[in-house]
Amino acid sequence: MKPDLWDIYRQMLRSRLFEESVRDLWQEGKISGEMHMGLGEEAVVAGIVTHLEDGDAMALDHRGTPPLVIRGIDLVSLLKEMLGCPDGLCRGYGGHMHLFSPEFLAASSGIVGASGPLGAGFALASQLLRPGKIAVCFFGEGAVNQGMILESFNLAAIWKLPLIFVCKDNKLAITTYSPSVTAGSVMERVGGFGLPVFEVDGIDVEAVWQTAREAVSRARRGEGPAFILAHCVHFEGHFLGDPYLRIGRHPLQQMKKLSPSLMKSAVSVKGEPFLTRLKGLGKAASLIRQAVSDQKSRKFDPLYLCRLKLKGEKSRLEKIEGEVKSEIEKAVRLALSGMDRE
Amino acid sequence: MRTMGFSEAIEDALVQAMTDDPQIIVIGEDVQALRMNLFVRFGERRVRSAPISEAAFVGAAVGAAMAGLKPVVEVMLVDFIGVAMDALLNHAAKTWTFSGEKWNVPLVVRTACGGGYGDGGQHEQSLWGWLAHIPGLSVVVPSNPADAGGLMISAIEHDSPVVYLEHKMLSEMWLDYMGIGDRKTVQFDVPPAGASGPVPDRWKPLPLGKASVFRKGNDLTLISVGLGVHRCLQAAKILEKRDISAGVIDLRSVSPLDKETVLEAVSKSGRLLVVDEDYKDFGLSGELAAVALESGLFFKYARVCTKETIPYSRELEDQTLPSTDRIIEAACDLLKD
Repeated sequence: MKPDLWDIYRQMLRSRLFEESVRDLWQEGKISGEMHMGLGEEAVVAGIVTHLEDGDAMALDHRGTPPLVIRGIDLVSLLKEMLGCPDGLCRGYGGHMHLFSPEFLAASSGIVGASGPLGAGFALASQLLRPGKIAVCFFGEGAVNQGMILESFNLAAIWKLPLIFVCKDNKLAITTYSPSVTAGSVMERVGGFGLPVFEVDGIDVEAVWQTAREAVSRARRGEGPAFILAHCVHFEGHFLGDPYLRIGRHPLQQMKKLSPSLMKSAVSVKGEPFLTRLKGLGKAASLIRQAVSDQKSRKFDPLYLCRLKLKGEKSRLEKIEGEVKSEIEKAVRLALSGMDRE
Repeated sequence: MRTMGFSEAIEDALVQAMTDDPQIIVIGEDVQALRMNLFVRFGERRVRSAPISEAAFVGAAVGAAMAGLKPVVEVMLVDFIGVAMDALLNHAAKTWTFSGEKWNVPLVVRTACGGGYGDGGQHEQSLWGWLAHIPGLSVVVPSNPADAGGLMISAIEHDSPVVYLEHKMLSEMWLDYMGIGDRKTVQFDVPPAGASGPVPDRWKPLPLGKASVFRKGNDLTLISVGLGVHRCLQAAKILEKRDISAGVIDLRSVSPLDKETVLEAVSKSGRLLVVDEDYKDFGLSGELAAVALESGLFFKYARVCTKETIPYSRELEDQTLPSTDRIIEAACDLLKD
């Protein structure tokens, strides 16, 4: 069985264009606080979420926008929420990190790892109340060092919960290179709980979809949970204004701000021996390089790669792109004009 | 005298302390980036990057403190402390008593708190009352750079656990990181005297549990901590124009609580108005009323606090967090007979 790549491309593009609008509105100061984007993880999300049906549940992390967009939430109410409007999805109380939709059984959290236990609870309710329905929980690889996530792996395994753990691995836990703070192999670690584990290229939406199909059908049949490790890139780093990306993108301007205090730290009389500090300076620089190296390269862009597979039918592709573009533009227009949906 | 920003002062105090005492280490998520200066100066042995495992690394900091180190462990935002709560509630706070007062836990938990930049109720809480509720934990909340550095030194020197809360609206580093994100399109109500100010050339510890009286007042006493102190000072200035003399006390430390200073001021003014960015029910504001009542004082009382989960929308947030307008309104009500 093959996925409907046209529909999946449409969904990924909807998420991409919607989030790009969110990014612009945040830059304009119309959206407040932090802004964690799912730009770059569309294939992971679309490859999973397009398998979901009515009655399935989603436990989301601080990047809840793409799963909700692809699941089909009303875009105007979602955007109005981020704009802090009283008629937003959560009446302006939640914001992008705390999005809740009882209709879609979807809830998000800004606490790293919290989607694990929540997903387990959703899956327990499916098991007891809605056999055949499943739950999915999304989190980043930084969360696999959170106790509550590890405890959820165990719980899901012993209770044979219909839960798909989806770990989006961009190798950065906030701004820390995650292999430097994660012992052993994640696959082996999770496998140790007796969960079936799948590793997939999260840039390749077909691969994610195929992997998810197997995991989802097992869960629906009552055969228990699964873990999917999907590798991807976040084009905007941890959040908009990511300090490492700032340095990467505007090195001169940012280093002007940073270097006086850094030089002082490196050469002032007090502190560790000079050589240790020189090493520290080198380490700080290499961490920055590590954090920015993968950003914005087309070969990591799931949308671009999916489009390549479809470009043979140019007019069909352009029709979809035109439709999605006007759908998103209309949603933005409606949200900004303060009008209700048409 | 030098002039420094709020988080710059904390870092400067940490540099002084870490230079003087090699037992002090810093542990936390992202510290190699967030504390890049300390990371370069003191190296990765002493400035240790942690995985997102608050329960483990705060718990480990408790153990390290018991075994000879002096950890300054960072829980990025106090909202995330829930994950690490057992280490604080059942271990850091209780070891001294459980050991028959034989074993200290010289631990500092440094964490950012407070709202006013539209980040929602899971990233903007204060929680100092909730933490101070636990016997065995000290909780400090500086309101300006000089206090921020001085309290960091005293927190490190203190031989039992101290939670050190750093308000994001005062801290240039946190506000940039969490609220501004390199944008020029957003504005925040940052009190200049809290965000930047004179600091001593060499840091000395400030006594824990010693409030500072910012203004004396005959008609009523405003008491607060952190950002709230600046909202009170602004309100007091406006009230002065209406011939109302309002005193302002900055507690600086929620626990231990400087009861003496509070009681002295309230006994003179006869009116207590608590301004607490933490939740209203079962917290610091009620505690201050209880302390004054227990001492036998008769006084009028009101409070301006955060009553509910902090909404994300800037407009709703403004109505929820204590504001100068709400303080003035409450003060005027309190003065009606």
